[in-house]
Parts: sequence; C-alpha cells; structure tokens
Amino acid sequence: MGLLHTVNKSPFESKTFDTCLGYAKDGSTVLLIEDGVYAATTGTSAADKIKNASGVTFAVLGPDLQARGLEGKLADGIKVVDYEGFVNLVAEHDSVQSWL
Amino acid sequence: MKFSIQVNEGPYQHQSADTAYQFAKAALAAGHEIFRVFFYHDGVNNATKLAVPPQDDRDIPKLWSELAKENDLDLVVCIAAAQRRGMMDVDEAKRQGFEDNNLKEGFRISGLGQLIEAGIESDRLVVFGA
Amino acid sequence: MAVKKFMYVNRKAPYGTVYALESLEVVLIGAAFDQDVSLAFIGDGVYELTKGQNTEAIGQKNFSPTYAALGDYDVTKIYVEKESLEERGLTLDDLQHLVWEDEDEDWAEKDSIRLVSRAELADVMAEQEIILSF
Repeated sequence: MGLLHTVNKSPFESKTFDTCLGYAKDGSTVLLIEDGVYAATTGTSAADKIKNASGVTFAVLGPDLQARGLEGKLADGIKVVDYEGFVNLVAEHDSVQSWL
Repeated sequence: MKFSIQVNEGPYQHQSADTAYQFAKAALAAGHEIFRVFFYHDGVNNATKLAVPPQDDRDIPKLWSELAKENDLDLVVCIAAAQRRGMMDVDEAKRQGFEDNNLKEGFRISGLGQLIEAGIESDRLVVFGA
Repeated sequence: MAVKKFMYVNRKAPYGTVYALESLEVVLIGAAFDQDVSLAFIGDGVYELTKGQNTEAIGQKNFSPTYAALGDYDVTKIYVEKESLEERGLTLDDLQHLVWEDEDEDWAEKDSIRLVSRAELADVMAEQEIILSF
C-alpha cells in the first residue's frame, strides 16, 4: 500500500511539508501530526497543495488539532484520525517515513 | 503486528516524546506487540529517575516506566547517547567510577545494535523526533 | 537473520545539531548486521558530505573523515538528492569522493555516491522496509 509519511513541522516554519510532498507517491498517505497539523488548515497554501496532490491520501491527528484549537479550521479532503487510527495507518502501509 | 519505536527527543522539550508514548499505548490497546522502544539522541533523557515535573502535568519518565511494567516492554536507552548526556544505570555508573546513577526503573542501557535488531525483528519501526 | 532494506535519511547540516554525527554512528554499528543498507542525503543533509570541514575553532570533533570509511563498512549506496545540491549552489565536486571496493570485481574501486533526482530517490525510498530518520 505504499509508504506512510508523517510530517510534524508547521509548513510555515520549515520546508519539511513541501519536501514530503515531493516524495509522496500516488497511493501513499501523508499523516500530519504535532505542529504539522497546521498544514491541514483552510486558507493556506498548504491546503491548496493538499488539494493538488490528488493521488495521495491525507490524514491529520485529531488530538493535535484539538490541542491547537484548529478543529473548526480543517481543510477539505483530510481524514481525522486518533492515535488508534495512527497505529492502523502504520499497520496498513508497507513502511513509515517520519519526516523530522 | 510487532512494532518498534525510536524516540529521538527528550521529555517536555519536544512533543515527539509524548506522541511516541501515546502511539505505544494505542498500539498495545489494539492488541499489537511492541518489540522494543529505543531512546536515542536526547531521547535518553526520558529515562531519568530524577524528574520532578509540576504536580498538575504529566510525568513522562513515570508514564514510560509504568507502561513498561504493565506490558513487559523493553525500553532501551542507547549507551553512546547516554554516556554523552550523563544517563547512567547502576552498572555503567560503577564502571565509570561514579557514585550516582540516574536511570529509572523499567529502562535498560544497551548498544545501538539493539535498534538495528528492532528493525530486523519487527514488522514496523516508527521514529518520533524533531 | 532476515535481510531487510534499511534506509538512513539525513536532512540536517552537521555541527549545528548532533543528528548528523549520531546518525553516522548508527550506520557504522548497523554494518555488523549485514542488511541491505542505503543512505539518503536530502535538503541540508547534503552539507554533511562536503569537503574541507575544519572544526578546530568551534571546538567540535570533525567527524567528516568517517564518511570516507563507509565503503569499508559495506555501505555502497549513498544517495544524494540532485535538487538539494543545486538549491545550495553545490555540485558533486564540493562533496567528498566516497568509494567502495568491489571484491567481486577484483577489488575495483567504485563510486558510492549516487546523484539522483527527487523522483528517483522517492522510488528508492518507497522500496525500503525500515526507514530511520534523525
């Protein structure tokens, strides 16, 4: 099922989110966690990039959205998962690349 | 499935130490096995027995120690990273000529080979860091 | 013991943080396990391989000579991302010339560094079973 990529940095603080998109092949999943969840918010260039990466599935860690008060600002097309969902994503994919 | 986890950052400094713990807890709750949790870089500081965080906040070393006890987990602190940062168990402290040691119950010190072995023996290895 | 495809992903510059050094230490220890090892240098990670590092004035140990020994540790696949080099105004010439000796070809010396595009490296990464990041 391809790789699971995780991104934990804000797309405004670092280029990690962009780098990850350059490596996420069709059929892979990008999971946004920790400060990476800011890439899942509406009205941002990150949200546009997510929309354009049509072959890639995007997910975001709900607890991290909640912690940062972002639940009302979630962009379209991004699945919210909890830690159990995170575990499932790891199990479902062939391997994990944590973009640090 | 058999998971292993690598923790690269110290407690409180970076959320990855918390995320790793939450992931481990969720994996166990879902019935998976955790082969090993390997603490590297500043991650070795999660093993301190001397942390006294504020009463109204989580005690990260204690959380790991308790999770390990309840689930018979193998929490390994990398010896090379530990030596650099002054994390010593009883044996290592004696070997280095120190009177004091600071490794919390539930953690053990071992070599980097344990991380590679974890990758070989597990179905998935997940890295948490900065 | 099973043989798995291990990739070590390096994206951080040396000396500003410890990750480059401690990543290399894992690679050296890992060599004893005879796995199928690849190293990837992406983004600022390409700076780890540059020539002419002189750390005397900052008081840190210069660990860059260790990269030259990787060939002796059976690390023969060192991927450097082309776009990362170009963004930083670097060419292969700015990097150490890393080699390994192929015992199947009379110990012929071969280049360890594989300059690849992001797309090519993404394909290599997608094949890996265990990916370690630092």
